[in-house]
Amino acid sequence: MHPWNSTVGSASLKLMLKLLPRLFQRRILIEDSMKSKVASLFTALMALPPPDPQFVLRGTSAAVHTLYFSCGGSEPDIPLLYSGSESGFIHVWNLRTHRVDTALDGHGRKSVYCVETMGGKDRLLSQGRDQRICLWDLAEGRTSVTDSVFTEHVGFCRCSLLKVAQGRWLMAMAARSLEEIQILELPSKTSVCTLKPEVGAKLGMPMCLKLWQLSCGSQPVLLAGYEDGSVVLWNVSMGKALSQLVCHQEPVMSLDFDSEKAKGISGSSEKVLSIWSLNEQQNLQVYKTHELVNAGISDITIRPDKKILATAGWDHRIRIFGWKKLKPLAVLDYHTATVHCVSFSDHSNPRERLLAAGSKDQRISVWSIYAQT
Amino acid sequence: MILESFSNLNDSIILVVFLLQEQFRTANCTLYFFHAVKILKFSGQSQMSLYQSCPSGVFTVFSCASEEILGVLVPRLTDLTKSDCIWQRICWRLVECVPDRWMEAVVLGFVQRAPGADVLSRLLGNLVVKNKKAQFVVTQKMLLLQYGHTTEVLQNLLGYLSLDSLRRTLLLRVLQELLETWSSSSAVKHSPAEQQLYISKAILICLSHLKEPEIETHRQELLTSMMEGVKCRLDSSLLQQRRLGMVVAESISLKINTEGPVLKFEYEEDDETRELKSLLVQTPSFCNVPSLPDDDRNEKAGAALPLVPESNEKSHTAAPVMPNEESDTEFDSDDDLIPYDMSEDKELKIKAPVYIRDCIEVLTGSRTEDVDKWEATVKALESLVRKNPAATREVSVELAKILLHLEEKSSIEGFVELRQRTQVAVLTTDPIPVAKYLTSQFYSLNYSLRQRMDILDVLVLAAQELSCPKFCGKTKHSGAQKPCIQLLQGSDSSKGWRRVVDERIKNKTRRLDKGHCDMELASRPNEFNSVAGYFFFPLIQHFDRPLTTFDLLGEDHLVLGRLAHTLAILMYLAVNTVAVTAMGKALLEFVWALRFHTDSYVRQGLLSCISSLLLSVPTERILADMTEELLETQSWLGDVMEKDPDGDCRRLALQNLLLMENLKKKLEVVPS
Repeated sequence: MHPWNSTVGSASLKLMLKLLPRLFQRRILIEDSMKSKVASLFTALMALPPPDPQFVLRGTSAAVHTLYFSCGGSEPDIPLLYSGSESGFIHVWNLRTHRVDTALDGHGRKSVYCVETMGGKDRLLSQGRDQRICLWDLAEGRTSVTDSVFTEHVGFCRCSLLKVAQGRWLMAMAARSLEEIQILELPSKTSVCTLKPEVGAKLGMPMCLKLWQLSCGSQPVLLAGYEDGSVVLWNVSMGKALSQLVCHQEPVMSLDFDSEKAKGISGSSEKVLSIWSLNEQQNLQVYKTHELVNAGISDITIRPDKKILATAGWDHRIRIFGWKKLKPLAVLDYHTATVHCVSFSDHSNPRERLLAAGSKDQRISVWSIYAQT
Repeated sequence: MILESFSNLNDSIILVVFLLQEQFRTANCTLYFFHAVKILKFSGQSQMSLYQSCPSGVFTVFSCASEEILGVLVPRLTDLTKSDCIWQRICWRLVECVPDRWMEAVVLGFVQRAPGADVLSRLLGNLVVKNKKAQFVVTQKMLLLQYGHTTEVLQNLLGYLSLDSLRRTLLLRVLQELLETWSSSSAVKHSPAEQQLYISKAILICLSHLKEPEIETHRQELLTSMMEGVKCRLDSSLLQQRRLGMVVAESISLKINTEGPVLKFEYEEDDETRELKSLLVQTPSFCNVPSLPDDDRNEKAGAALPLVPESNEKSHTAAPVMPNEESDTEFDSDDDLIPYDMSEDKELKIKAPVYIRDCIEVLTGSRTEDVDKWEATVKALESLVRKNPAATREVSVELAKILLHLEEKSSIEGFVELRQRTQVAVLTTDPIPVAKYLTSQFYSLNYSLRQRMDILDVLVLAAQELSCPKFCGKTKHSGAQKPCIQLLQGSDSSKGWRRVVDERIKNKTRRLDKGHCDMELASRPNEFNSVAGYFFFPLIQHFDRPLTTFDLLGEDHLVLGRLAHTLAILMYLAVNTVAVTAMGKALLEFVWALRFHTDSYVRQGLLSCISSLLLSVPTERILADMTEELLETQSWLGDVMEKDPDGDCRRLALQNLLLMENLKKKLEVVPS
């Protein structure tokens, strides 16, 4: 039997790609019945067009600045998406009905730029341009602010939350004086430490923060991107800078870090993504850089399974990369204005995983991409 | 030399004089000189008598041929005084006894010929302290009244003053007087540029000789006069003046603020500014230059402390990190992820509006956030206007209004130039209504000087474009842009104007070729012909009516200067048009009214006007219609050529007189 008569599986596409030129070189005659198969093979080899969004959430009536999924619950729980908008509302989206369940108003109509849950979908933390961080109680239909922290910070630096023990969180936030970062313990709001750069370091304001720890119980570490384009690794318990790396010429707009591979990625207003790694001596070093087509990255998120990452671009596009080699995978062109934020869902079933992006065009696009792998 | 064998001082002096005599034989002073030597021999038996009588004799000789004598005497005395303090004292005595009427020549000669300040100090001693006349020459005449001396002479002179504590008080007084002159606004207006440069140099050299405590005590005075001087210099409409003010002010501030912020202006460096600045650091032992690199080093050391350089080093070692990662790539690859088609991922381009009315909407819209669209519109508008003349005519005045008021929202590269090109495009597309609008706005309330000057620039560029028959495509832009860039940077725009006039004069001299040139050009009607009046007359009409915000004849003389230059160019471009004679008459009146303006930039503009007029208006019309005015102008030009403090004005006046001369010749030729 001729080998071509067997059905062609997508797994062997790559092999075919290698074989095809040889076939043509040797002028092997292809039977008429095979021709359509070869043609379809060619189209398969020529990459698929990028997918459309799974669905689009409209109705915030203001630019969307932050998104956070809460889909980890078991069956009766409804998967939710929290979005913070420029008008100061936090919308809680029901991902089954694609409607807003609740709209929370707690930041005096000032833009909300960070939303995160604290162990379950009933407790929410939000940060707004009214210089406050609010803690919400949403259980049993309540919509009340239980506590708030006055940050006195006028920038756009999102706070970063880390669960250190049951019911105990650490939160890093930009503090009142320009270059400082403050670490608070929540819910007690006691200050753990203040991280000040050395005198004369001229880092500028902190732009983005990422608090993490290697394993539960180990020392928490903070990565902070600064206005001067550098990323600094802080030891939180000692309040000391461990390493500094100048990744960009422009302010670092966003960063994410993979503690397993000890590798992180940062984006700025430039055309470059910078990937850096952390060695055993706690030194940051440049690993590689990736040139983008258009300048400006407003948000970067690595998917929790560390396989892919998504960037939100000023060029209205969402870009997907493989995390291991930073292989460009897809460019999702749906929005008509700057994309402000990207977020991956925490579905327990990997096939249901979603990607959401919020944009200045007031829409939230939700995508199902690379959910199978 | 046999000098050593003479132990007697008298003898040695006599020998010097004899040696001199040998060299003077050829000079016309021999007779006087013998007389002098006779006196010397006769009375020179004792030192005392020698001191008293000899010098007067010797300097009788100076009186007659000081040039030659000093040329020999100074080098000789320089040698002799090098090691011998007795010779020094003799020398001092010699110069002290020079009679007053010869003192100036002698001091001047010494200062000019001495190879350095220390030598001069050896030769003259404290002459300036003891002798009133010498003091006047050194501290007043050479510094404040004359300005032809070279920088070396200045350095000699001021270095000499600084080398002795008695003379230092004089140095400080000199500095005060120099600063007084420098900061006086009337001196700025009325003294020639060369003298101001000379005074500035002197100030800088003085500053370089000042010591820390002296600066301490005079800080306040220095500061006040610096402020005064800078104020009246920045007010000047001549670039050179402004730059001079900036350089000197920077230097003074550098001297008086050894720590703390130093004044820093933005200007283009050229040879002159570099020379001026080098004067300040010529004597490193006095000034604080070495401390500057020190500061730098400290800063660098400070910067080295944080981890930045360390991490930079790391980035170099990034390569070794890669292979490690590479080794486990077999497992660790993204190969299972199949990329989607990314061919659509191209550079983002904002779509610019396609219709002029859309552009107007974008530019007038209140939606401030849409900066990208706004930028694209600003960039696209010029080509839209040029492509759609009919559509432009419908909204031309509105468009001109928007463009005139358009301000930079985001930092587009070359925004001002873009806007100007668009304005020119609108004006050339629909000249009459837009020119009417722009000229009326030039004299209306509530515009900044910048906007008014923009109007003038646009009128000139558009007129140039309309009048030039070969204006098409690239040549137009390169030609039109150059002057405007110059203008915007505030550089010496009058050069641009003048260049045009110069070119015209050159064209004039090559008149015979002109016919040939015209043959080559594709002939086209001169579009400026029908509209020249709309450009010209509204501008010239209202200059003498001050508004609350705009007073051309008062302090806004910079705009008046620009106006004069603009009118000159419009006049030039109006050659061969119908209105040219009427324009010429109006222009002559304008010039006549302003001919004694104190600002040299304005005067330069007026002189350019005259040149344009002489070149543009047909000869027969000039002679028929404005003979009398022209004769008056001629006498004024003569005055300017002789007396004007500004060199450029003198040169322009001379050119004008030559042009008039040419006219006369033609007149003589015509009847014959």
